[in-house]
Amino acid sequence: LYRRTQKMFCVGEESWVDSRTVYIGHKEPPPGAEAYIPQRYPDNRIVSSKYTFWNFIPKNLFEQFRRIANFYFLVIFLVQLIIDTPTSPVTSGLPLFFVITVTAIKQGYEDWLRHKADCSINECPVDVVQQGKVVRTQSHKLRVGDVVMVREDETFPCDLILLSSSRHDGTCYVTTTSLDGESSHKTYYAVPDTMAFTTEQEVDSLHATIECEQPQPDLYKFVGRINIYKDKEEPVARPLGAENLLLRGATLKNTQHIYAVAIYTGMETKMALNYQSKSQKRSAVEKSMNAFLIVYLCILISKAVINTVLKYAWQWSPDRDEPWYNHRTEHERQRHVVCLFIHRFLAFMVLFNYIIPVSMYVTVEMQKFLGSYFITWDEDMFDEELGEGAQVNTSDLNEELGQVEYVFTDKTGTLTENNMEFIECYRKERSAQLKEHEDLFFRALCLCHTVQVKEEETVDGIKRGIHQGRPTSFYISSSPDEVALVEGMKKLGYTYLRLRDNHMEILNKDDEIERFELLHVLNFDSVRRRMSVIVRSSSGECLLFCKGADSSIFPRVVSGKVEQVKARVEQNAVEGLRTLCVAYKSLTEADYQEACFHLTEAKLALQDREQRLAQAYDIIERDWLQEKAADTIESLHKAGMKVWVLTGDKMETAAATCYASKLFRRTLYLWVCYSANTRPHNHIYTLLHLVLHRCSLSVDCLDFGLIIDGATLSAVLKPNPESAGHGNYREIFLEICRNCSAVLCCRMAPLQKAQIVKLIKASKEHPITLAIGDGANDVSMIQEAHVGIGVMGKEGRQAARNSDYAIPKFKHLKKILLVHGHYYYIRIAELVQYFFYKNVCFIFPQFLYQFFCGFSQQPLYDTAYLTLYNISFTSLPILLYSLVEQHVSVETLKREPSLYRDIAKNSLLRWPVFLYWTCLGVFDAVIFFFGAYFLFDNTTFTSNGQMFGNWTFGTLVFTVLVFTVTLKLALDTHHWTWINHFVIWGSLLFYVIFSLLWGGIIWYNFCLLQMYYVFMQMLSSGPAWLSIILLITVSLLPDVIKKVLCRAICPTRLSAHR
Amino acid sequence: MQKKENQEVENRPDNTAFTQQRLPAWQPILSAGIVIPLFVLVGLAFIGIGVALFVTSRNLHVLEVWKNNLLWLNMALYVFFSPQGPVFFYYGLTNYFQNQRAYGVSKDYNQLSGDLDYFTFFFSIVPDSTCKPYRYDVNNKPIVPCGSLANSMFNDTFNLYQMKNGVKEEVPLDGKGISWWTDYNIKYRNPSVNPLRNAFNGTVKPLYWSKPAYELDPTDTANNGFINQDFLVWMRRSALPNFRKLYRRITDGLPAGNYSLEISYNYPVIAFDGKKKVAFSNVSWMGGKNEFLGIAYLVIGSLCLVMSVVMLIIYAKFKFPEED
Repeated sequence: LYRRTQKMFCVGEESWVDSRTVYIGHKEPPPGAEAYIPQRYPDNRIVSSKYTFWNFIPKNLFEQFRRIANFYFLVIFLVQLIIDTPTSPVTSGLPLFFVITVTAIKQGYEDWLRHKADCSINECPVDVVQQGKVVRTQSHKLRVGDVVMVREDETFPCDLILLSSSRHDGTCYVTTTSLDGESSHKTYYAVPDTMAFTTEQEVDSLHATIECEQPQPDLYKFVGRINIYKDKEEPVARPLGAENLLLRGATLKNTQHIYAVAIYTGMETKMALNYQSKSQKRSAVEKSMNAFLIVYLCILISKAVINTVLKYAWQWSPDRDEPWYNHRTEHERQRHVVCLFIHRFLAFMVLFNYIIPVSMYVTVEMQKFLGSYFITWDEDMFDEELGEGAQVNTSDLNEELGQVEYVFTDKTGTLTENNMEFIECYRKERSAQLKEHEDLFFRALCLCHTVQVKEEETVDGIKRGIHQGRPTSFYISSSPDEVALVEGMKKLGYTYLRLRDNHMEILNKDDEIERFELLHVLNFDSVRRRMSVIVRSSSGECLLFCKGADSSIFPRVVSGKVEQVKARVEQNAVEGLRTLCVAYKSLTEADYQEACFHLTEAKLALQDREQRLAQAYDIIERDWLQEKAADTIESLHKAGMKVWVLTGDKMETAAATCYASKLFRRTLYLWVCYSANTRPHNHIYTLLHLVLHRCSLSVDCLDFGLIIDGATLSAVLKPNPESAGHGNYREIFLEICRNCSAVLCCRMAPLQKAQIVKLIKASKEHPITLAIGDGANDVSMIQEAHVGIGVMGKEGRQAARNSDYAIPKFKHLKKILLVHGHYYYIRIAELVQYFFYKNVCFIFPQFLYQFFCGFSQQPLYDTAYLTLYNISFTSLPILLYSLVEQHVSVETLKREPSLYRDIAKNSLLRWPVFLYWTCLGVFDAVIFFFGAYFLFDNTTFTSNGQMFGNWTFGTLVFTVLVFTVTLKLALDTHHWTWINHFVIWGSLLFYVIFSLLWGGIIWYNFCLLQMYYVFMQMLSSGPAWLSIILLITVSLLPDVIKKVLCRAICPTRLSAHR
Repeated sequence: MQKKENQEVENRPDNTAFTQQRLPAWQPILSAGIVIPLFVLVGLAFIGIGVALFVTSRNLHVLEVWKNNLLWLNMALYVFFSPQGPVFFYYGLTNYFQNQRAYGVSKDYNQLSGDLDYFTFFFSIVPDSTCKPYRYDVNNKPIVPCGSLANSMFNDTFNLYQMKNGVKEEVPLDGKGISWWTDYNIKYRNPSVNPLRNAFNGTVKPLYWSKPAYELDPTDTANNGFINQDFLVWMRRSALPNFRKLYRRITDGLPAGNYSLEISYNYPVIAFDGKKKVAFSNVSWMGGKNEFLGIAYLVIGSLCLVMSVVMLIIYAKFKFPEED
């Protein structure tokens, strides 16, 4: 029976999948009540690190070899180990080892940082109540069921159920800034039965269990109950909800200390469950890089196949197959024909495998990682007010910033400051009641809010303004509107002082303090779009004040000059002002009791109660545009980007902002699709068709803008079975959008914002999208877009933390896109193309050499050269280029946004460009090889008549190769800083010095003697010098001529600005 | 407030030229004003070099004689060399793939550097397994020097006679200095055993050799064994299948006249469809006669000049865009 009553008490227990029972203070429940089942929970250790000391090497290696490029080189390396191949395993093993080591060091370092961070969190001190005493222990030793004491400004060490607080009413204030970005103070409540415990001894005497659901990531959901056992009495069960649960990561404010019991610890806390790795976004450059890689893989395989087939064809006659001077061993002769074929094919694969640039991925990664620092370092993007600069949360998308075609921006807080200022209020009333109503109106504004007063200088590091002459106090609220209103009232003489003992105190014009008892607060939510308070004045009168959007207030107003107010509201909205309406109703005691009853019984919203409101007022605030927002939008337009504003605001306000920010120019022809929910579906269809028709008719002469609201949009996007005959709305809508230079979507729900982004992303051109926003409602959009940018705004940090890049202000978008994005794109494009180019140059001569050595897989270059070409001779110049190259100056890029169009649509990595680079590589390779071939043809190079051998031939080709590819990069460099000089000339010098040492010293292993003095002998011959100079010149000539002619014949915008 | 100021200072990025991407830089532009004069200069320089090379090459003489499948050959030559300067005597082979991989690696550097440990047979390690199938004979005696490369050493010999008034007068051929200095002095060493033949006890000579390594030049210990210069020349693999190797130097030059070349024909080339030749050549500072380099320089130099003219025309047509 007992169990049944208990079940009835706690609604919804049946829906629990699983539950846990926590024994407060690890005390067993009294016998008979319930079986004591000690449960095991993880300790309070937070582990964000990926590796431990022991599993680092195997786990990291496994992770790295899951990458296709690394795996490919591992296979090549193993093939070299297993079969008899032309090049030693070192040639691919060493670069692979280098790449793996560099990556492992980077990842290990990052993991070490995470370990350190974990450690400092896990070892931070926590006060635990044990046997009636407060014991200091380390955070990770905390167990489920421990009673914890937390002091003011301390962070909660795990998820806790509040038992009691130092405040008499058993409440405590908490900010969850680090969790969801909301800086407002939230109130949490203790269960009435436990809130009286104020000392350790008392808390320790508590005998209770908590039953609650198993941990789940939703921050705002929690269901549980607490069973309190008192001596010889029936245990009391109380429901627990999210208002009793203190989350790990939140901070205690305005409360001296609290006692609470741990229920979720360590990795089971809601914060840890919410901490998940973000989905990997891949940039367009990376996609083209992978496509090029596949092409090269095909080239590699076809090269190997061609050579294998030719080898068989060439060896058809036995005296070529096995001339008397080069007999094969018995073992080789007896090998199976298929086996031999595979063996030969693999040997060619190994010989040519260097065409796939092993170090490209690691160079790209380093470029991105190091390059992203330029964004964080940028002083232009440093905001004095916030004291912060731009942040890079992922460096994988740097170059994507240079490819943006669609910009989706939030309005409030992004385009606009979200800095509210009260400007005017408007009232229409009978003159006789003027005075009375004015007082009431101002009181309404003073009372109808959830603002808290903080009498300190700073709040979360953000200044709120100083009131002169008086002790400074600040208003804190989750909504900047409310702060603006209360501050506006202060200027008019009505100062909201504080909330004390459930009484709101107001200092009125005559410096008298009025007290109102706060009976109920019905909080704002986005569905009702209004909030209400019920207060009782000192005279005992009950008043209901309601404040909210006009659309939600007007229908409920029963008296007053609604029409006049409405007209005024609309007029102000058109001017770009944000408007709110206030209404009141005086309640009789009976009304109040009824409302109260409804409220407490069902916790239902007071919708019905609010309906008959007496009077409507209108308040107007101004939402200032962020500085330079208009300039930024104009630049983005010039740069060929389409800017869409997605906002939850109403159309008039949003449109006014759009005009102010120059998104809509006065000449723009606007299409408005609004309030579609009242229209039938085919109506929308006709409308859309009409718009489309008009668009296509006059596409050149007029600029089009489109305004659409959330309801219409959802109608458009909803797959409609009836409209099968009408075609697809989606397509028509997209077509319209493509023809519009500016689109404004208002009345949007957060998820709809993401839907729009998704829709554009999936359209047939697959444009690159960028979403920028500052609030939690923009997060879905930010995560959906190719590039998500968070503005570090006042609505919290959630957007900034979920974004790929965070900037302090909207205006910084201009620099991050037009300058940084542009630079990163050209840098990485050159990096990718150059990498393929230099490897073609490197390997193609080796391919040609096979035709002259009987397809015997004889390598052209020495082992050391094969190994070091990619990792040291030619790696640094391109890495440096990809970090510091500036083909035009920063100022030019800022001044001429249209330059951004030059690189749009991945223009530097398209197939024709790729083909050009590859052809250039092949051409250069042919020059290297045949140049050396004709020089070596039957003659001597030296003045002492001696002949050179095959290694001199290879070294000659290699020297020309290294110089050519490095000088090719030098030709492409437009920005020669001293570092460029140092690295380019330094790496050439390094090659020469290395070759001198490599050939000049007898290394311990005699196998390496093949290169002994080869380089010096070559340099001692005059014709070798002359031919090196000649071949380098010839190889570079076409590129120089192409560059010069391109500048003359088809000058791009870029070259004009150089 | 103080704390906040500090924080601001902490977060503020460094204002250095590097972090702000404002390093002073030289920004060269490939404009017509630079490129056209540059092309003219390069063109002229190349033509100059080309002419010099071409003229030098023209003054060099090469006499190439193809040998056919005769076993013992007496060949009459008429040489019209200028008398001064040394003349180099080459032998050449065609269609001979000394650059094949399996062939090229088939040698044991340890043996060739005179390490006696590698003169014995030790299963699968010594001599080096790359020497297969010329590692050891049927009695498991190691072949020294092992491997295909050494085994196939060129073994024709040549004698050159000048016909002076019907009298054969032998032209002195100098076999010193035909191999690389480093090969002779450092890379290849004989075992330090005296007499040399003792070092080869228990080994066999390469299969195709008519005499063991210690008898390559019995008259001169400094030219015997592994440091025999003919051997060294052979061991430096040629890059291409048609190659020439230095046989002897004729220090006093070859005055014009009638000569007779006596060839002892040992080396088989018919089997692989190859040919042999001998060549006499004198050299200059730019090596032997090679017209390719000179012609290439001339061609590229003129190409540069032509391109500069073309560019000039194009720029005139497009009105020198950067001068605007």
